[in-house]
Amino acid sequence: MDVRVELPTTEKVKIAVRGLNFYYGSFHALKNINLDLPERKVTAFIGPSGCGKSTLLRVFNRMFELYPEQRAEGEVTMDGEDILSKKLDVSLVRAKIGMVFQKPTPFPMSIYDNIAFGVRLFEALPRVEMDERVEWALKKAALWNEVKDKLNQNGSSLSGGQQQRLCIARGIAIKPEVLLLDEPCSALDPISTGKIEELIHELKTDYTVLIVTHNMQQAARCSDYTAYMYLGDLIEFGPTGELFMKPNKKDTEDYITGRFG
Amino acid sequence: MSFSTLSPAKMSIHRHRKRVNVMALVLSLGAMSFGLFWLAWILFETFRLGLGGMALAVFTQMTPPPQAETGGLLNAIAGSMIMVSLATALGTPIGVMAGVYLAEYGQKTWLGQVTQFISDILLSAPSIVIGLFIYSVVVAQLRSYSAFAGILALALIVIPVVIRTTENMLSLIPNALREAAYALGTPKWKVISAVTLKAARAGVITGILLALARIAGETAPLLFTALSNQFWSTSLADPMASLPVTIFKFAMSPYENWRDLAWAGVLIITLGVLALNILARVLFRNKQ
Repeated sequence: MDVRVELPTTEKVKIAVRGLNFYYGSFHALKNINLDLPERKVTAFIGPSGCGKSTLLRVFNRMFELYPEQRAEGEVTMDGEDILSKKLDVSLVRAKIGMVFQKPTPFPMSIYDNIAFGVRLFEALPRVEMDERVEWALKKAALWNEVKDKLNQNGSSLSGGQQQRLCIARGIAIKPEVLLLDEPCSALDPISTGKIEELIHELKTDYTVLIVTHNMQQAARCSDYTAYMYLGDLIEFGPTGELFMKPNKKDTEDYITGRFG
Repeated sequence: MSFSTLSPAKMSIHRHRKRVNVMALVLSLGAMSFGLFWLAWILFETFRLGLGGMALAVFTQMTPPPQAETGGLLNAIAGSMIMVSLATALGTPIGVMAGVYLAEYGQKTWLGQVTQFISDILLSAPSIVIGLFIYSVVVAQLRSYSAFAGILALALIVIPVVIRTTENMLSLIPNALREAAYALGTPKWKVISAVTLKAARAGVITGILLALARIAGETAPLLFTALSNQFWSTSLADPMASLPVTIFKFAMSPYENWRDLAWAGVLIITLGVLALNILARVLFRNKQ
């Protein structure tokens, strides 16, 4: 597919994807993807189920490597460095590129330790600083007021929406540079969704955020750039306003107006 | 519209389904009461005969000679506790680690599948075979029965049970939880030790308790290994008394005082195993 990958010159490229192909066994799931993702901006990936948007996200933190039958070919660089390189320790990639999943996954430990767990992997903070970090992350994720009196309770005692915000707090507590959000609101009620969208808006001052969503309004509301994918191809990519107001491709227009998908 | 106005064809299928439903209920209730009947009878007999031999002396005195006036099961109770706890302590780490290997590392590998196959064979091996095996490789070589040999035989029974439950419990942990831990940059051993094994903890502990309950009543693997001992002994290098073997010996004897003690021993084991099973269930339910 011939897709415009250039960003406006005012944007700094954080992640560059060149000639990326992805396979689940013999199934060709991503077809020659070329894409530049801007730093400190929110980029949304939209498209019907099975189009490869989650797959693409899982390439960026090499999550696919957990499964031997999955493989990626091509080049993905972050700040010019090849993140798919076998020489690069996958833990270091994941420390810089955090991810929040569709379903909340609190660890079987206290709310405090859920946040501190990831931080302890790379930083030996004194207790006071760790307390500050936990509070900072929980405040960022708009959860602090609800849990500040029960930090020692198990993470799974929280409601679904709270658990998801706990997972987001856990993701930002390690201070990654890029945050991958794989349909983070699909299991949440409108109020929790609203809180998380506000959070996404706030996060882009510090982080590059990539979000997969099935919700067109959500993509329009909280992203700066949008990529539309279909059957493993990147169909169209551009500033969200432009893509939604006057899409270049008929396919994109059909999808975002709900005539297809 | 009334519900009885369904067409005759629909009503006929509906009546047939209801008859099948009642039949299935009757059959399953029958099967349940058949099982419960024998279990209740066993428990009743155990209590009726066991309570007769029960006295404080059972817990304070050694196993007596035939036709003695007094005597108890202290050395047998202590021997059982020593051997069962040491066998569990020996078998649990091996079983948990092997279970972790099977669930987290060895899936779909040649070594993993072979390990699983062997573990399954060991799980269903008759315990007398395990007793004879330890007899030939330990007792016959050292030319002496010992508590140590008994512990090895019991540990061999514990290991496959713990492997199986650990593996099952770990494979119940959703992959999403593992992925979430990996997504933070967590190394594999840390994902397993701090997240997945912790999430599966209640199930693994339940498995260990059930293994403990199983070996508490095993007689065959101890017959050829720890043998028995009429006196108080805590030396692992010497024969050691145990409740099951003492029961076996006493129950078949012509001496009344021995037979009474055998029934008291049966009651003690039954209550102990019952307590372990209840503890395991409570632990598991709290987790759910």
